[in-house]
Amino acid sequence: MAVEFLVRMRGVKKSFAGVKALRGVDFSLRPGEIHALVGENGAGKSTLMKILSGAHAMDEGDIFVDGEPARIGTPRRAKELGVGIVYQEFELADDLSIAENIFIDRLGAHGIVRWRDLYERAQRVLRNLGFDIDVRRPVGGISVAYKQMVEIAKALSANARILVLDEPTAVLTPNETEKLFAAMRSLKEAGVGVIYISHRMDEVFSVCDSVTVMRDGEVTGGGRIADFDVDGLVELMIGRKLSTMYPPRTAAVGGEILRLERLDGDAFSDVSLTLRKGEILGVFGLVGSGRTEIARAVFGGDGLRGGKVFVNGAEARIRSPHQGKRRGIALIPENRKEQGLVLDMPIKTNITMTNIRKVSSRLGVVSAKRENGAVDELVRRLTVKTRDTRNPASTLSGGNQQKVVIAKWLNTDAEVMIMDEPTRGVDVGAKVEIYNLMNELTARGAGILMISSELNEIIGMCDRVLVVDKGGVRGELPRELMTEKDIMKLVVGGHGS
Amino acid sequence: MSDAALAGRSRLALVRESLPVAVLAILIVASSFLNRNFLTGQNIFNLLRQNSGTIIVSFGMLLVILTGGIDLSVGSVAAFSSVLFATLLDERQNDAMALPPAFGLTLLCSLGFGALVGYLVAYRKMASFVVTLASMTAARGGAYMISHAKTIPITNETVNAFNKSSLFRVPYSVILAGAVFLVVAFALSRTVYGRLVKAIGSNETAVRLSGIRTDFYVMSVYMVSAALCTLGGIIESRTGVGDARVCQGLELDAIAACVIGGASLSGGRGTAVNTLMGVLILGLIGNIMVLMRIPPYPQQVIKGVIIIVAVLLQGQNKAK
Ligand SMILES: Nc1ncnc2c1ncn2[C@@H]1O[C@H](COP(=O)(O)OP(=O)(O)OP(=O)(O)O)[C@@H](O)[C@H]1O
Ligand SMILES: [Mg+2]
Repeated sequence: MAVEFLVRMRGVKKSFAGVKALRGVDFSLRPGEIHALVGENGAGKSTLMKILSGAHAMDEGDIFVDGEPARIGTPRRAKELGVGIVYQEFELADDLSIAENIFIDRLGAHGIVRWRDLYERAQRVLRNLGFDIDVRRPVGGISVAYKQMVEIAKALSANARILVLDEPTAVLTPNETEKLFAAMRSLKEAGVGVIYISHRMDEVFSVCDSVTVMRDGEVTGGGRIADFDVDGLVELMIGRKLSTMYPPRTAAVGGEILRLERLDGDAFSDVSLTLRKGEILGVFGLVGSGRTEIARAVFGGDGLRGGKVFVNGAEARIRSPHQGKRRGIALIPENRKEQGLVLDMPIKTNITMTNIRKVSSRLGVVSAKRENGAVDELVRRLTVKTRDTRNPASTLSGGNQQKVVIAKWLNTDAEVMIMDEPTRGVDVGAKVEIYNLMNELTARGAGILMISSELNEIIGMCDRVLVVDKGGVRGELPRELMTEKDIMKLVVGGHGS
Repeated sequence: MSDAALAGRSRLALVRESLPVAVLAILIVASSFLNRNFLTGQNIFNLLRQNSGTIIVSFGMLLVILTGGIDLSVGSVAAFSSVLFATLLDERQNDAMALPPAFGLTLLCSLGFGALVGYLVAYRKMASFVVTLASMTAARGGAYMISHAKTIPITNETVNAFNKSSLFRVPYSVILAGAVFLVVAFALSRTVYGRLVKAIGSNETAVRLSGIRTDFYVMSVYMVSAALCTLGGIIESRTGVGDARVCQGLELDAIAACVIGGASLSGGRGTAVNTLMGVLILGLIGNIMVLMRIPPYPQQVIKGVIIIVAVLLQGQNKAK
């Protein structure tokens, strides 16, 4: 049966406790197309998709699947209709194995799990995605990028006809992203309709056929991707022209502020590096390269096996994040939901948590006035979209949650900022804001260690880049010599040897 | 609260938060129908006085539960304090202490006890259920050892006066419970300490990665709980004796009070007001059942059912 549209959504409205997240959205998806859904943080993209997948109920509107009116009340019903979704935030059971997570709802026939068969099936799905990892490992112990691949494998293995991917590449490096795109293209050949949400414009233009732009809960434009260029799309998203993506680096690079000497840990060994005042040092590496583990160890999040850390020339024995913070080190962790935020607590509590003494009296009584002052300023500076900072952090959109994590550490006087994917899931406009902030921080003499999977970002913002692979530093490039090709060559070179 | 804030917070959350207050109000009205004499000031004070020990102990329990832990040892520590205090004061012995050092030493003992338990839970990462299960047995055993399983009369006049007299008709023990309530309520809503305790229960990893010594805070709640058990245990000795058998099952009442008050056993959720309501609801139901001449064993069954219903109500609210 040939229908023009796999999905049509008409006049969809949704409010959360008085906040209008969707104000009458129309959206349609054809079979065999990859359809980009783009827009600022808090525009309503995830909310729209959660309505399609049955996770949220809409207040008003109609949905047609295959031209037939559909009532999607529950995730189960959505699945029956052929909707598969990878949510922006992970929905995995940490204690279960990778294989169990992928086939959580199809573990075996008649209530009996045939483990060998289950592992084989899981391995096959992942291998089709170009991934080889022991599927018996519990999900809790793998990095976010692997988790993301598990989520994707889970959605793909359900044979969905309508596949929603909500910012799947935010934590992936170019290699994995390419593998994902290959998988998306073959699904497209098979007539599956793919909805692809991303804040990375280059990806949208390279893989998508059509686009819908949202802003403040409304659709502001859309059509075939060929009819748009990047600037035009960005303007539709943020309502103004964006002059430069990467503001020029002007901070003067000074003396050494952080030095690692032959650091050994569980996932890395013999790591040495030097970070200077006013410098942004990029750390680039593939999934599982050990980059995140290095960052956490320096901050005191995980134990070190050996090696020395020097802050401002003096050896620092950092055994806990508390000690790391006292030494003037900050860590913006890779996983905001689990490591960055207390989701159930108010936004403002999250922001002031790192430096709560600053807004309280000597006896430990929090001053509401001082707290509000500090919070309001940060919220304004980072354009966090919220109506009331007393609401729990869980009510924020993904990108806005990320901004809160950054705000937490701006509120301290840290001199060494370790940022693990700082712009993960942040929209283009706010990305520029964060880059400006980084420039501001370095101009004041801070040093920034930025881990990123986005080559553009590394090239655009870093004064130097270290390429990390298999738990060790494989090479270094100064700003003048940084090109996509040369960076990737260092990674691949590491693999070849 | 401003309109924006009201709109911003979900209405269901507000309903959930005020549910225990509403239930208590309904119970009070219901009980006044059962017995017209019930709603006298004297009776209300009696209710408060009967439960002042439980109230005090429940606030320690609340702090522990907020961090996501549980303290099964509260009843035993209260009993231990009760006999230790009485023994130290025992005027039948030559080396009987004066009141202040006796109280100080008792308090110090339970603080040490709480510190040990807290250390095992926070720094050695042992499950609080297991650690306090063990310390529950140990403390009760210690209480029997000190007292040789006998009651120890308290002859100290100040103590007995404290337990008997009142200020403007409010018994001292009730004033003490009220003070503890105010301090805990203030700590939870306004202080760094209370805020971090709650945050740790919601997401310990995120709090730790904010550069906060989570282990220290976790340990401290067990110390606070033990200290409050000392107060509770001494108040429970109002009959004028130190007794190793007092406060049997107090841990269950305290946990039940927190849960009826909407605290979540996985941590991060619960308020002082609602915990107070929880204690009073339990106490009032007990009184009503006595008024209705329900025998003790069925009383226990009914209490159990009420706890389940309370949790069910909150579970439904949470799922939405
Ligand atoms: N559970 C919720 N409770 C209250 N408000 C919510 C909830 N979920 C979303 N919102 C609000 O709805 C709006 C749209 O959020 P949504 O998550 O759909 O944005 P988004 O376009 O996916 O943004 P991002 O790019 O940051 O992921 C935001 O203002 C957000 O704060
Ligand atoms: Mg989103």
